[in-house]
Amino acid sequence: MKPLTNRSKVASNKVMTTTESLYIPAILSGLKITIKHLFKKKVTIKYPEVLKEHAKVFRGQHVLKRDDEGRENCTACGLCAVACPAEAITMIAGEREKGEEHLYREEKYAEEYNINMLRCIFCGLCEEACPKDAIYLTDRINLSNYGRDQFMYTKDMLVEGAVAGERIDVNPRRKGVREGAL
Amino acid sequence: MEIIIFKVALVLILFVVSLGLAAYSTYAERKVAAFLQDRIGPDRAGPFGMLQPLADGLKMIMKEEIIPNTSNAMLFIAGPAISMVTALMTSAVIPWGPAITIAGQKMALQVADLNIGVLYVLGVVSIGVYGIMIGGWASNNKFALLGAIRASSQMISYELAMGMSIIAIVMSTGSLTLGNIVEQQSGWGGMAWNVIWQPLGFLIFIICAFAECNRTPFDLPESETELVGGYHTEYSSMKLGFYLFSEYVNMFISSAMISCLYFGGYNFPGMSSVQAAVGEIPFALICVVVLLAKIIFFIFFFMWVRWTIPRFRFDQLMNLGWKVLIPLSILNMLVTGGLILFFNK
Repeated sequence: MKPLTNRSKVASNKVMTTTESLYIPAILSGLKITIKHLFKKKVTIKYPEVLKEHAKVFRGQHVLKRDDEGRENCTACGLCAVACPAEAITMIAGEREKGEEHLYREEKYAEEYNINMLRCIFCGLCEEACPKDAIYLTDRINLSNYGRDQFMYTKDMLVEGAVAGERIDVNPRRKGVREGAL
Repeated sequence: MEIIIFKVALVLILFVVSLGLAAYSTYAERKVAAFLQDRIGPDRAGPFGMLQPLADGLKMIMKEEIIPNTSNAMLFIAGPAISMVTALMTSAVIPWGPAITIAGQKMALQVADLNIGVLYVLGVVSIGVYGIMIGGWASNNKFALLGAIRASSQMISYELAMGMSIIAIVMSTGSLTLGNIVEQQSGWGGMAWNVIWQPLGFLIFIICAFAECNRTPFDLPESETELVGGYHTEYSSMKLGFYLFSEYVNMFISSAMISCLYFGGYNFPGMSSVQAAVGEIPFALICVVVLLAKIIFFIFFFMWVRWTIPRFRFDQLMNLGWKVLIPLSILNMLVTGGLILFFNK
């Protein structure tokens, strides 16, 4: 019968030769193979101490960016929430009062901004949708938790710090995305 | 009096050493497995994970102890106890080094130099199967029972071939005393090992040793993939610990037996010049270290094989035992006997 594909193989049920049926040569060659692995380089990465280098465009936990003067970029336009295929993002918009100009860049800002990390699929569409350079995915690992409620990330967990040391650098990722290293 | 103190001390040392070695065998098992699979293995408890056996032991003790209410409680407890006791008893006849003189008395580095040492080992080893059988039967669980049945039939089948391969050694050395058998291998500057005369016997013995210890490729009694946990399915806490531990003690004793019967025991090349160079007690210590090194190598070999060869099917196991090993060991015995007759004429 003609085989349907060229991948099919003929099964062999041939009788073993005398040397083969002794099994000892086969066992010895098996032992040789395993002992070689004793001296091979180990593939394990000792995780908490040694971190595996992420890709430049790694999509980890989100950050809400501030501008150079430390004002929040987000204007609560809702485009990220619309873009989000998992419907993880919700927000409530607020109006900037007088005297809050050092906090928010534009007249409208997000009073609340929540991401349900259990829904999030880390696709990065929110980042693509954002017209204000406000939301980015970073190379930080989304931490595990004991309860479901602890995965409801609120705004204070998402916005980066205003001080220089607390800023989160997303430039490598932006550069990677520009270079098409997706 | 001195001899009693010396023997008691030796027993205690031996007890601690065999338990310690067994404990570190569990660590070594995981490390060897990891290394052979390009991993690192346990390395969190202490430097290089050296405290892992302690942590494992603690875990075993802290776990809840469950005795199934359909089981026979007394036999259920007796099972692991028998396994452990018989595993530890075997080490009594192993000669650890040449005799030393303490307080003007010559004392053998051996707990009991029985004149039927080899038979003693065989006898105790075959009691070991009761531990597994009783444990498996008392659990009142089909998997445990299947595991126990497999264990008993396997151990009984392989004991025959093992005993007959030892008979060839006994014939060629003319002694049943392990001390004598080891001493006779000191010729050729410590290289006249029995394995040179008995390569086939050695092969049979080591295969049977694997089967007796329930090690892969003969680990059918506890094959996780088929029988949940085999004979110790229902066991928990330290009773399970005892079963697992006795397997490692058995491995240690088997390695010691292989070293003594076939690989010259404490004899090593160039031992006479070393003996002349150092005193009596340092020399005895060197001999003990040499024997331990051989034992550790064989324990490593047990693990090495475990991560190389997959498990046999039960019919293959029985075929190998009855149709291959037993005829071969009889042949080995006959040829040995024939050669002894021929050369002694």
